[in-house]
Amino acid sequence: MKVLVSVKRVIDPNVKPRVKSDGSGVETANVKMAMNPFCEIAVEQAVRMKEAGVVSEIVAVSIGLPQSQETLRTAMAMGADRGILVEADREVQPLAVAKLLKALADKEQPKLVIMGKQAIDDDNNQSGQMLAALLNWPQAAFISKIEIKGESAECTREIDTGLEKLTLKLPAVVTTDLRLNEPRYVTLPNIMKAKKKPLEVLKPDALGVDVAPRLKTLKVQEPPKRGAGVKVADVKELVAKLKNEAKVI
Amino acid sequence: MAVLVIAEHDGKQLKPGTANAVAAAAKMGGEITVLVAGHECAAAAQAAAKLAGVKKVLHCDAPHYKGFLAENLAALVVPLAGKYSHVVAAATGFGKNVMPRVAALLDVQQVSDISAVESPDTFVRPIYAGNALATVQSGDPIKVVTVRSTGFDPAEEVASGAPVEALAPGPDSGLTQFRGQEVHKSERPELTAARIIVSGGRGVGSAENFKIIEALADKLGAAVGASRAAVDSGFVPNDYQVGQTGKIVAPELYVAVGISGAIQHLAGMKDSKVIVAINKDPEAPIFQVANYWLVEDLFQAVPELTKEL
Repeated sequence: MKVLVSVKRVIDPNVKPRVKSDGSGVETANVKMAMNPFCEIAVEQAVRMKEAGVVSEIVAVSIGLPQSQETLRTAMAMGADRGILVEADREVQPLAVAKLLKALADKEQPKLVIMGKQAIDDDNNQSGQMLAALLNWPQAAFISKIEIKGESAECTREIDTGLEKLTLKLPAVVTTDLRLNEPRYVTLPNIMKAKKKPLEVLKPDALGVDVAPRLKTLKVQEPPKRGAGVKVADVKELVAKLKNEAKVI
Repeated sequence: MAVLVIAEHDGKQLKPGTANAVAAAAKMGGEITVLVAGHECAAAAQAAAKLAGVKKVLHCDAPHYKGFLAENLAALVVPLAGKYSHVVAAATGFGKNVMPRVAALLDVQQVSDISAVESPDTFVRPIYAGNALATVQSGDPIKVVTVRSTGFDPAEEVASGAPVEALAPGPDSGLTQFRGQEVHKSERPELTAARIIVSGGRGVGSAENFKIIEALADKLGAAVGASRAAVDSGFVPNDYQVGQTGKIVAPELYVAVGISGAIQHLAGMKDSKVIVAINKDPEAPIFQVANYWLVEDLFQAVPELTKEL
């Protein structure tokens, strides 16, 4: 079966983001970028399913600036077979992302779409659920396990109180949580091989999707800072401070 | 204007985030209706009727709402939504799963995880793990919004309840089969509702060592949390996770033990009233947000603290 995996290029999770002084957003120029960690887990899952003989083809999709081609090459170095970049010169919000992916799913007819649960830049946690809605497919968000059994996917998902088990009729959309797998490192030979894999570049217009943002960002600010704390010498002093100064115990 | 709040509940009681979502809804303006959909959830509907500011409760009871599947709940909410200016839920695992499905079917760009309401169409939301706060304005006719509980004090309980109306169930999609939940049972308070939280990180070292964290938590009547590193290392289950991709908490007292303070963890707890950090590394970034910090080996400090309390 064919699997579609989406990957997003974001600020590297180890870099502390800096708010622009004019309040228009977060600085991304000359900042180290990387594949969103949850998208890495999604690619890894697709590759493991291919290695297990469950999946025959993996199509990686990215939506964003031309530089997102690098992110697609990383996905292909991990094991995706080909890439599609929907090139957009501006922010594409989750509803538009879902519409673009729906158009691609209509064209590619995958049995399964695997997406990260959340991008660590805008922290929206929406696109996968939205795509499932637009396709009228079942969804399993925040999965920690997936097994394909015939025409269905047995999923375990992370919920606030523990775990939940669902059986989804395929085709379906799933979004990945942390414990699904540990993504592999890409090796140099695989990076070289990935350069030869096909990468198609499309514009949103070609898919008939309007990507104009629905949410207007009025300003972006630094959060308020916490006041400086106090170093305590030992446990006794800590207990005294908590009782007499902070009065929380 | 009118607001529809989708309640999260277990059939008998409301989950903590619902009262915070109602409080946020009150700031958006208009009458508040709460939808309590589930299987055998009359008691939860009664509880919703007693939240301050609620004008009406819609109670929808059917077997296919067991498990709160997003497919079925979205199919119920979408035809109702036209009567409201806002559709709101807590940004918990429940709300994050269901609401984007609702928003997409309404052709609305959802506003996720708001921490403040500026006006009926303008909201503040943390982005980049809380390293920035974005003020965003929605141009959609219906605003679909999820609410970060720590941004809003919960709506109080009042004596006289709002009327509860029965609502006919929507369709069963048949797309997804609910096969049950494995709920981690605990005598301790729920993380998102606890007054005190004791969290352990990678420094705790093992699942076995987490017992000293639990002993301190029990002495304080606290919930137990963990950093992503502790979850990734398999010390504790994922539902303990506090941070950007886990739970967002703001208790009166947060005790971080053996947690270095990665930005992803700080994102989930830096709005706590008082933060205590215990770490043997004097350079640990967690100390930058702590009110009180102790540079000491946690295996000495934590048992001693448990004894001193």
